[in-house]
Amino acid sequence: MQSVDYHAILPVLVLSVAVIVVLVVDAFLPPRARWLAMPLSLLGVVAALVATLTLIGDEVSTFGGHYVVDDFTVLFQVLFLSVAVVVLAMSLRYMREGGFYQGEYYFLLLTAFLGCVLMPASRDLLMLFISLELVSAPGFLMSAFRKSDVKGNEGGLKFFIIGVLSTAVMLYGMSMIIGLTGSTSLTGVAEGLATLSGGQRTLADASILFVVVGFAFKVSAVPFQFWAPDTYEGSPVPVAAFLAVASKAAGFAGLLQLMFVAFANEWEFWWRAFAALSILTMTVGNLVALQQRQVVRLLAYSGIAQAGYILLPFALVSADTATNDAAFSAAVSYILIYAIMNLGAFAVTAAVSRRHPRLLISEFAGLVKVAPVMAVGMTVFMVSLAGIPPTGGFWGKFLIFQAAIERGGWGTALAAIMVVNSVISIVYYFAIPRAMIFQEPESEEVMRPSWLVTAVVVTAIVALVAIFVIPNPIAHLGDISVLGG
Amino acid sequence: MTWDNSAITITTFLPIVGALVILLVPASQDRLVRGLGIAVTGVALVFAAVLALGFDYGTDGLQFVLDVRWIDAIGARYHVGIDGISMPLYVLTYLLSFLCAIYTWRYVPPPGRTKAFIALMLLLETGMAGTFIAFDLILFFVFWELVLVPMYFLIGIWGSANREYAAIKFFLFTLFGSIFMLLGFLGMYFRGPDPRTFDILKLQEFAQGGGFTDGFQLVVFGAVALGLAVKVPMWPVHTWLPDAHTEAPTIGSVLLAGIMLKMGTYGFIRIALPLLPYGAQKYAPWIGLLAAIAIVYAALACLAQKDLKRLIAFSSVGHMGFVMLGIATMTEIGIQAAIFGMVAHGVITGMLFFIVGSVYDRYHTREIAVIGGGMSQTMPKMAGIFAFVSIASLGLPGLAGFWGEVMALLGSFSPNEALGLDVGLYRIFMVLGGIGTVLTAGYFLWMLQRINMGTLPERWSDSGFRDILVVEWVAWVPLLTLTLVLGLFPRLIFGMTDEAVAGLMSFFGG
Repeated sequence: MQSVDYHAILPVLVLSVAVIVVLVVDAFLPPRARWLAMPLSLLGVVAALVATLTLIGDEVSTFGGHYVVDDFTVLFQVLFLSVAVVVLAMSLRYMREGGFYQGEYYFLLLTAFLGCVLMPASRDLLMLFISLELVSAPGFLMSAFRKSDVKGNEGGLKFFIIGVLSTAVMLYGMSMIIGLTGSTSLTGVAEGLATLSGGQRTLADASILFVVVGFAFKVSAVPFQFWAPDTYEGSPVPVAAFLAVASKAAGFAGLLQLMFVAFANEWEFWWRAFAALSILTMTVGNLVALQQRQVVRLLAYSGIAQAGYILLPFALVSADTATNDAAFSAAVSYILIYAIMNLGAFAVTAAVSRRHPRLLISEFAGLVKVAPVMAVGMTVFMVSLAGIPPTGGFWGKFLIFQAAIERGGWGTALAAIMVVNSVISIVYYFAIPRAMIFQEPESEEVMRPSWLVTAVVVTAIVALVAIFVIPNPIAHLGDISVLGG
Repeated sequence: MTWDNSAITITTFLPIVGALVILLVPASQDRLVRGLGIAVTGVALVFAAVLALGFDYGTDGLQFVLDVRWIDAIGARYHVGIDGISMPLYVLTYLLSFLCAIYTWRYVPPPGRTKAFIALMLLLETGMAGTFIAFDLILFFVFWELVLVPMYFLIGIWGSANREYAAIKFFLFTLFGSIFMLLGFLGMYFRGPDPRTFDILKLQEFAQGGGFTDGFQLVVFGAVALGLAVKVPMWPVHTWLPDAHTEAPTIGSVLLAGIMLKMGTYGFIRIALPLLPYGAQKYAPWIGLLAAIAIVYAALACLAQKDLKRLIAFSSVGHMGFVMLGIATMTEIGIQAAIFGMVAHGVITGMLFFIVGSVYDRYHTREIAVIGGGMSQTMPKMAGIFAFVSIASLGLPGLAGFWGEVMALLGSFSPNEALGLDVGLYRIFMVLGGIGTVLTAGYFLWMLQRINMGTLPERWSDSGFRDILVVEWVAWVPLLTLTLVLGLFPRLIFGMTDEAVAGLMSFFGG
């Protein structure tokens, strides 16, 4: 009944082929050659990335409007595929030396990224749900990949139970919305919701909350965050990086489409919920992060606090489209910058984990002497996460402040709360550079990170400084604020 | 691109370029790194001097302006320029940085790492200089924040015993205030003229045409003033200063006291007053009160100090109190006093921190009781210069410290009544300031008595201290000369600032 635009879905197709190839090839490789799964995956991801780049500037709608390629889609797909390259680069040595099942790992990782790539293109409740599940289900398995580690098992199980629970809640909400509006497409839902009144409206409002709760689990917003630190800590470091960056960004990509398109007209009902979520998430994340002694847990709580910052623009939505656009673009820009600085931090962590598997902050002491590039990189990433010049993180926070002040009223109060939080966060963000630079190393033996990880770290440093000096491109990404239906 | 519109940009970013070059030199080439540091800051100083000589002091407008697109999406422009208010501080930045680089020829504090030390110092120089020439609020803020990270590391790596605590405290205090300042800037952007702008001059025109409502100004002035006040620092948000100054390495203290504190007071004169005139008018008595408290409080605190460096640090709080008192009078003479006080404090207190650093280098202690007197016997030249600079700092007529203080007191004798400032109240501030002056003389003279005079304690009798070294002479003579010359010929500064201050204050009718 409808024609399919194969060019539009080319990135998805390429990645799907790669997923299958990796799984099949693994079965026929001798154990010593299993590491080849990584180069093969990398090839697939890069091919998908190239396919995505050919779509720049296109406006295509296919599968009856359920799958849309526009600037928003391309932007996020490029982000996810780039993240995939980085996570693969971190994985090679880590998975080889850790004695993991490499074929299965790369299969699961690619599948999860397939979900990520589908997410921004999905303009339909069911498609969104499928994408989200495609991200989560492999995540459950990968987070428990350190099978002999008690923490790995605990983290994986927690993630699984909570993930399934949140999915159920979200699906329940979606089913009611579909029932009430008679549509699964985002614009159809928006139109349908506008006609509701009385008891149906109350039911619709409750359903929106259910859906929001489901996504709040994915992006680890307080009070739905408690799985994150345990899961990150128990996961292999590259998987933690995937969860903290790609999985979270995918959650936000979905949430942005839902709130700014499907549920936009009900803003008067839900903006307060987002204000509360945002305040709680950033405050709790920051306060608990102060107590952390282990780097991955610290990054987990930092990620929770950062999610609070990204949730803030949602609370700025109003009937004024100009401020909505500003809020939307602030969130998108922040997610991009967040991805770069967080990936960098995880890359350094992966490199250090070879010598210090426990990854205590105190074990980073004197890193500047034994691995100067890693130490300088980590310092830049922490300064950027704290939002301080001369790094890209500064503009990320700035755009959110700007949107909040433009909104006025409650926006100003939210901005003030975020200011206080930013200052608190300095204390723990600076704890790692302090150890690395101000303290002496235990052994002077030079650390040799793999060249892949070094390349990732250097690229991230250059990117963050470049964004600080020339913020125009990042700030202009916000012009893609109008989502296709 | 001509010299006229690119001069400021070249001069401001030269140190960063120098820092990048230095990072490429192998760390083993220690002397080369130090030499490059001197060369880069020296060339930058020459550029700044050429700017100062090419400046037309007869008008109050901006000169050497460059105003180009920067970040369209945010609405920020790259707008730089210089006027009579900026000029003395801009040149002082380059002078002090150059002298610090010379001082570094001999002294790099433990744990060494000369390359990183000088690179951070150069990054700091660009940040400080940029603050004084930025005429776009966002550009101003970026430069303002740019100094934080290098100073954090300068204190944290090369500081003394309690350095980590001091470094993070400095960072947290400054950042806390400055982000509220940023929110204030954003408020002005959205409530400002159409089309929206961060341009300081356009916002000034808009504000003085009555563009901002009174209630808005009260809120935003509070936010902006909080950020500036922490940097100054005003009592009671000064508590980061004694720690930071005491723990910082010598050149860190010199640059902190000499220039970074002025960023705060400069911000009041450049941004808070002209852009939020109603807010300034309403807050002025409170600022005056805090300033008067700061003067007396700091003097009393100095009397109680046992640590020589901490004493000098606290004296900064008092001196900056005089600067703020001058600003709070909202008069032309008060603002003139403030700018003069800023420069004089930069020269004198910068010099005091140099001396304290060198004294520590000989005695390896900063405890006044342990040093125990008799410095004029072991190091007569050092003791003489110490006495000279201390007396300049307490405000002896004929030396640089005098004009800022006396004119601030003069200003508070007759504050700007047209703005409804209460003369009686300001006279109380004046009396408090006067008491502060007396106490200041007291603690400085008592300090000299305990360090310079008296008999040499037994433990130092055969220590063989070397009196002032050549490199110290080279670094210090310019500051000593300025201390005397600015005291004798205050027109050197007032001549620069007259027109600009008159232009600034014409709106207030001061």
